[in-house]
Amino acid sequence: MPVIKDVVCTFCGCLCDDLEVTVEDNKITKVGKACKLGRAKTMGMFLHERIEKPMIRKNGKDSELEECSYDEAITKAAEILVAAKRPMSYGWCSTSCEAIEKAVVLAEETGSLLDSTANVCHGPSALATQEKGAPSCSLGTAKNYADLIIFWGCNPVHAHPRHQTRYSTMAKGAFTPNGKKDKKMVVVDPRNTDTAKKADLLLQLKPGSDYVLIESLRAIVNGHADILPDEIAGLPKAKVMELADMCKASKFGIIYFGMGITQTRGRYKSGDNVASLLSDLNQTNKFVMIGMRGHYNVTGFGQVAAWEAGFPMAIDFSRGSAYYNPGETGTNDVLMRREVDAFITGAADPGAHFPQESIKHLYKIPAIQVDGYANPTTEFSDVVIPAAIAGVECDGTAYRMDGQPIRMKKLIETTFKTDEEILTEIIAKVRELKGNGGA
Amino acid sequence: MIETILISARTIDQGATLEEKTSQAYFDAAAYCELNEGNLEALGVSVDQNVKVATAHGTVVVPAKIDARLPDDIVFIPMGPWANAIVDPDTCGCGMPGFKGVPATVEATTDPVLNMKDLMATYKE
Repeated sequence: MPVIKDVVCTFCGCLCDDLEVTVEDNKITKVGKACKLGRAKTMGMFLHERIEKPMIRKNGKDSELEECSYDEAITKAAEILVAAKRPMSYGWCSTSCEAIEKAVVLAEETGSLLDSTANVCHGPSALATQEKGAPSCSLGTAKNYADLIIFWGCNPVHAHPRHQTRYSTMAKGAFTPNGKKDKKMVVVDPRNTDTAKKADLLLQLKPGSDYVLIESLRAIVNGHADILPDEIAGLPKAKVMELADMCKASKFGIIYFGMGITQTRGRYKSGDNVASLLSDLNQTNKFVMIGMRGHYNVTGFGQVAAWEAGFPMAIDFSRGSAYYNPGETGTNDVLMRREVDAFITGAADPGAHFPQESIKHLYKIPAIQVDGYANPTTEFSDVVIPAAIAGVECDGTAYRMDGQPIRMKKLIETTFKTDEEILTEIIAKVRELKGNGGA
Repeated sequence: MIETILISARTIDQGATLEEKTSQAYFDAAAYCELNEGNLEALGVSVDQNVKVATAHGTVVVPAKIDARLPDDIVFIPMGPWANAIVDPDTCGCGMPGFKGVPATVEATTDPVLNMKDLMATYKE
């Protein structure tokens, strides 16, 4: 039976590209080498209930979704976006760069706000990078060189299960031929996570005190340990000194950081301060940082949006040119200000992952969902358009968490339209409704 | 009642059921909270009994589980609709709501846990 090798996993930002997928009669029957997340994602369409048909609510949010044709759903979506004064497009991170490019065109065509799932993930990391830079490297370089691995506010055992074996702690590199034996591993987290079980050092800091800990490490690295109190961020000073010593003793250190940096007190200022700490350490050592990206192509959204519009997320096209100010134009800010009057989302699930106040507004405005599966977003969507699963039912390009583009494969045939096709058809319909169909 | 701090985050079971959010498996993976054993004892609650977790932004009822390694001052709920019923929507002017580090209280309750669809329906105003 046919086994497709070197398949790219489309769950998290690791984009593992070594899966072995068995296909029988256009069905995926086995997924080799994947983690639990990758297996569930790759075999999803044979395990879970798909959105089988396009659907529309004809009489408001209280009415039931009724099946319709793709043409009807796409026309309705275009009508909603054209009629809106302040439309918003959100998500597009579990899909291909080719689809994201179309999402940018649609946003520009409709004068929309456009944002990615980074709004509730690594958005503050982008701000931190713009403030202070982000010394980085490829995961290949990290695998081969890094002898000190710090997981700060992230839990790869749960969120990026193969990260440690493929790229970090357990990986055998050119200069770390014995894998874990040649490396030190540190976890910084308020919880004693499953990742921390194998750590050489766990700094279980007080929730929300990341900035204080980073600043204290900077003080130690710069020779000012004497000014620090005995307790730092809920930790004994000696433990913080121990981490600083490990940093100074390493030949190549890397900080992998997650939502513990971006979602806690300080937000982007914590990521900004990580970059400053690395700048200090890089006076004598070699240190880099990489954000542990969640959606497999959220990095790709940042790339595509930046080369198309100049900004990586939270873009406002209402002025006719791209404007960017995340605290003002970020999805959750505009939803909580009750500012937008129409919403389109695809390859993301704001219904499950936005705070309650944002969702209350989504129940008040026309909403369009492009997705393969029913989820909380379906509950308030007025137009639901089923899509093929990128990386399984269609090919395309995605960017790994370290910014490397990787080509996703098509594994099986499908009758569902791709995100790219759906967006292309909505754009054509929008142009027709606006009277510039020939443009 | 105990006073604590809410943290939400990914778990592998929540991640593995992301594409089936209407299923029992997703409900089981996302609709619960974790406390340490001492906190559960202080509340007089056993594993899988319901507790009400409240913040300044809302309340949610979920069954309690034990994570023996959690510190006394943390309640953990997997990321998803149940955690997001009570997270802090304030973005501090930089786009990102407060999904972690939200002051919270936990108390025993006999109220039921809402399923995904019923929980979402509470947002209709």
